[in-house]
Amino acid sequence: MPAPIRLRELIRTIRTARTQAEEREMIQKECAAIRSSFREEDNTYRCRNVAKLLYMHMLGYPAHFGQLECLKLIASQKFTDKRIGYLGAMLLLDERQDVHLLMTNCIKNDLNHSTQYVQGLALCTLGCMGSSEMCRDLAGEVEKLLKTSNSYLRKKAALCAVHVIRKVPELMEMFLPATKNLLSEKNHGVLHTSVVLLTEMCERSPDMLAHFRKLVPQLVRILKNLIMSGYSPEHDVSGISDPFLQVRILRLLRILGKGDDDSSEAMNDILAQVATNTETSKNVGNAILYETVLTIMDIKSESGLRVLAINILGRFLLNNDKNIRYVALTSLLKTVQTDHNAVQRHRSTIVDCLKDLDVSIKRRAMELSFALVNGNNIRGMMKELLYFLDSCDPEFKADCASGVFLAAEKYAPSKRWHIDTIMRVLTTAGSYVRDDSVPNLIQLITNSVEMHAYTVQRLYKALLDDISQQPLVQVASWCIGEYGDLLVSGQCEEEEPIQVTEDEVLDVLEGLLVSNLSTPVTRGYALTAIMKLSTRFTSVNRIKKVVSIYGSSIDVELQQRAVEYNALFKKYDHMRPALLERMPIMEKTASNGPTEIVQTNGEAEPSVVEAKHPPPVTQPTNQANDLLDLLGGNDVVPVIQTTVPAKPASAGGELLDLLGDLSLSGGPAPAPATSVPSSQPAFLLDGLTSPPLFNDIAAAGIPPMTAYNKNGLKIDFTFERANPNPNIAVITIHASNSTEADMTDFVFQAAVPKTFQLQLLSPSSNVVPALNQGTVTQVIRVLNPQKQQLRMRIKLTYTHKGSAVQDLAEVNNFPPQSWQ
Amino acid sequence: RQVNECKSVVQCFLLFHPLYLQMRFLLLFSRQGKLRLQKWFTPLTDREKKKVIRDMMMLVLARQPRSCNFLQWRDLKIVYKRYASLYFCAGLEDKDNELLALEVLHRYVELLDKYFGNVCELDIIFNFEKAYFILDEFLMGGEILETSKLAVGVSLEEADTLQEVY
Repeated sequence: MPAPIRLRELIRTIRTARTQAEEREMIQKECAAIRSSFREEDNTYRCRNVAKLLYMHMLGYPAHFGQLECLKLIASQKFTDKRIGYLGAMLLLDERQDVHLLMTNCIKNDLNHSTQYVQGLALCTLGCMGSSEMCRDLAGEVEKLLKTSNSYLRKKAALCAVHVIRKVPELMEMFLPATKNLLSEKNHGVLHTSVVLLTEMCERSPDMLAHFRKLVPQLVRILKNLIMSGYSPEHDVSGISDPFLQVRILRLLRILGKGDDDSSEAMNDILAQVATNTETSKNVGNAILYETVLTIMDIKSESGLRVLAINILGRFLLNNDKNIRYVALTSLLKTVQTDHNAVQRHRSTIVDCLKDLDVSIKRRAMELSFALVNGNNIRGMMKELLYFLDSCDPEFKADCASGVFLAAEKYAPSKRWHIDTIMRVLTTAGSYVRDDSVPNLIQLITNSVEMHAYTVQRLYKALLDDISQQPLVQVASWCIGEYGDLLVSGQCEEEEPIQVTEDEVLDVLEGLLVSNLSTPVTRGYALTAIMKLSTRFTSVNRIKKVVSIYGSSIDVELQQRAVEYNALFKKYDHMRPALLERMPIMEKTASNGPTEIVQTNGEAEPSVVEAKHPPPVTQPTNQANDLLDLLGGNDVVPVIQTTVPAKPASAGGELLDLLGDLSLSGGPAPAPATSVPSSQPAFLLDGLTSPPLFNDIAAAGIPPMTAYNKNGLKIDFTFERANPNPNIAVITIHASNSTEADMTDFVFQAAVPKTFQLQLLSPSSNVVPALNQGTVTQVIRVLNPQKQQLRMRIKLTYTHKGSAVQDLAEVNNFPPQSWQ
Repeated sequence: RQVNECKSVVQCFLLFHPLYLQMRFLLLFSRQGKLRLQKWFTPLTDREKKKVIRDMMMLVLARQPRSCNFLQWRDLKIVYKRYASLYFCAGLEDKDNELLALEVLHRYVELLDKYFGNVCELDIIFNFEKAYFILDEFLMGGEILETSKLAVGVSLEEADTLQEVY
């Protein structure tokens, strides 16, 4: 078999490929050759083959079949083999594969190798990709090497120890003794890696941090030497001596000085010195200054030093170098919370950065500008930010718009200003506004009662110009639906009222419905707005027509709305005015605007699409009326004698809440239900699916009782607890008739005190057969959250022997277990 | 497959979650989007690595010529610098010093230059393993190992003498 081709030759060949396919072909050919070479266990060329494999891996081709070969190379005695083997291991293996554990022994041997460069390879590999198990096994070796006098090995061992600690934090303790005289080293490599190791230990353990605070004077001395020492060619970077080490020491000082007065004081002078003496003409000097500023801001520095730091950042802002400006803005953003006033002094410079050409700088400047907005500067800042919004790249618009809304909400000097600002954002960046802004804005508008006319007028005018920006269109439709009456009556005080007719308004809204630019959500808004106008405008017929057309829309959402609105016109016209009346002021749940608007009348609708109005209080039906009269009014609540819920709700609990808040219409009038029967609360379904049985008496161990016994009619109550909710008592009435004649048209009604809630399900029949030949049963469910004593008033009506009988009774003898 | 996607995104997030690491990765790639070197300082799956590489190339190659060298990506700071036809791109943790990172990238280029003598992209293509060896004498686990150019040069020279001819 001919010798496998050399690495460089392969690279040259592959680079001549003119197409991806040609390259793939070459790669496949070579991989096949390499595979067979591996199979032959060829020691001589293994190194060359793995190197080629690594090259192909970098091009993106799979190379996992070379993993074991890397291990073989590592185990070889040849340095070249080990070098490539360890490189392959670092590129192809990772700690997720079991195969990497096979390296452990090799690494252990190599850590004790006689050649420091082999030891170096082992330390490097362990320090880059060692898994927790490997680190545990080999920590001892690393610790040994940390104490060697060989600075080449010592610095590598230090960073390897850092990796071990990151992987297995419990092992940190064992490295403590070795750190004793690390800082007395002269070698910069060892010094630098030692500082990194100390930093790692201090960051991970408060005890270590306390222990190492005593090093502050030593660190200060080293830093001072670096600054004061003359030119050292080996470590010089543009006139600064070892900036990497300086920065690392500054960072360690930051950690040690944080929250500690003594340490902070001990480093005060050196920080001031670095801050004032560092050469700022090149990037490297500014890198040191930057780190110094970060340290000053973090420790307990005196105020003079803090002001110095902020001023350095202020100077950075004016630097020609973009990177420096960017870094300044980033740092100011971090300090704006703690040193707000100091940062405010640089506000005008920061605002100027909004006009910078660089994208990263603009973004930082925008974030910082929003952080600087307060009640005093809101008008000026907003002018700048709105100007920025007009001209910035699309990638900024969404964030900027949200920021403007938030700031306006917090600091708006007047409602008119607030509305104007919102309008400006919607009209200039309307398509970039976040979806969740729409409900927030609507809520805001609702609350600015005196501005309704002005708002709707401006929104209407905006719609006439442009209907492409969906958030604007949605807010506008909603407002026109709500305040359309103000619009046509020309009531605006804030500006010249426009003359617009009902038909013109409806034209605009219908235009939204048919426009290709409108999203389905927008169409929903438009349709609902048109519907609402049916109670505000006089042209009801036109609205009826529009609504009925959409009853056959392909869009299911639209169709459903239209069908329900149609129903409102036909069957429930008496409820329409109340349903569509003006929305009440909405409470906000949190200032950062969740997407929900929680309506005060209890129904929560999580989507952006408008919620249905719950049925308001209407006059109770006849039955309920009678009961109220009989029971003398205020302390009892009539029962819903129905199996259909009075309103849709998403959970049983909410239904109960609603029942508590509203006086109920006893009749069978359902609200335009948006929910499908399956969303009825379990409350009802339980009752329907588990019919009461006379034999269930002993189920809950509550003794039955006789509630009524008169004129041959006897009514017994049996009890059980509703399963999911222990506050609900399920009572089954059993009506029996001991007379010789049937009792027909039997109706049982009940009322309970206000703290209870009661639900009566359908009776088994309304004929109580004579001579105890059968019973009529009916289920009552009583919710008693306050665990008060159960009382009930019952009313019985029936026909007996041709005459109507009616009787009232109070039931007070409930067994305690039924309500406790 | 969706579950795996979610898992890998979560893992990616977890792995990029602030530990106390300095540099997370270092990539070298050409203007045409060819990868020339990849050094990872945290364990990532192949899939995650490919995603990072794709994203970095996309972000960096789209930058205007005189932009600043920093940008934000997920929770990392990305520092990049162009040297001739090669982009050097490092992912840093949020608390790291970007200005110093630029110096680190520059130092690496200087080391390459000293070793190869007027280094160009071709040197790194044909001697990629050497580029890794040089890097491994300068950085370890994302931290600087040796701050002296001279010391790094000496180590490399001596190690090279140990290489058997093959």
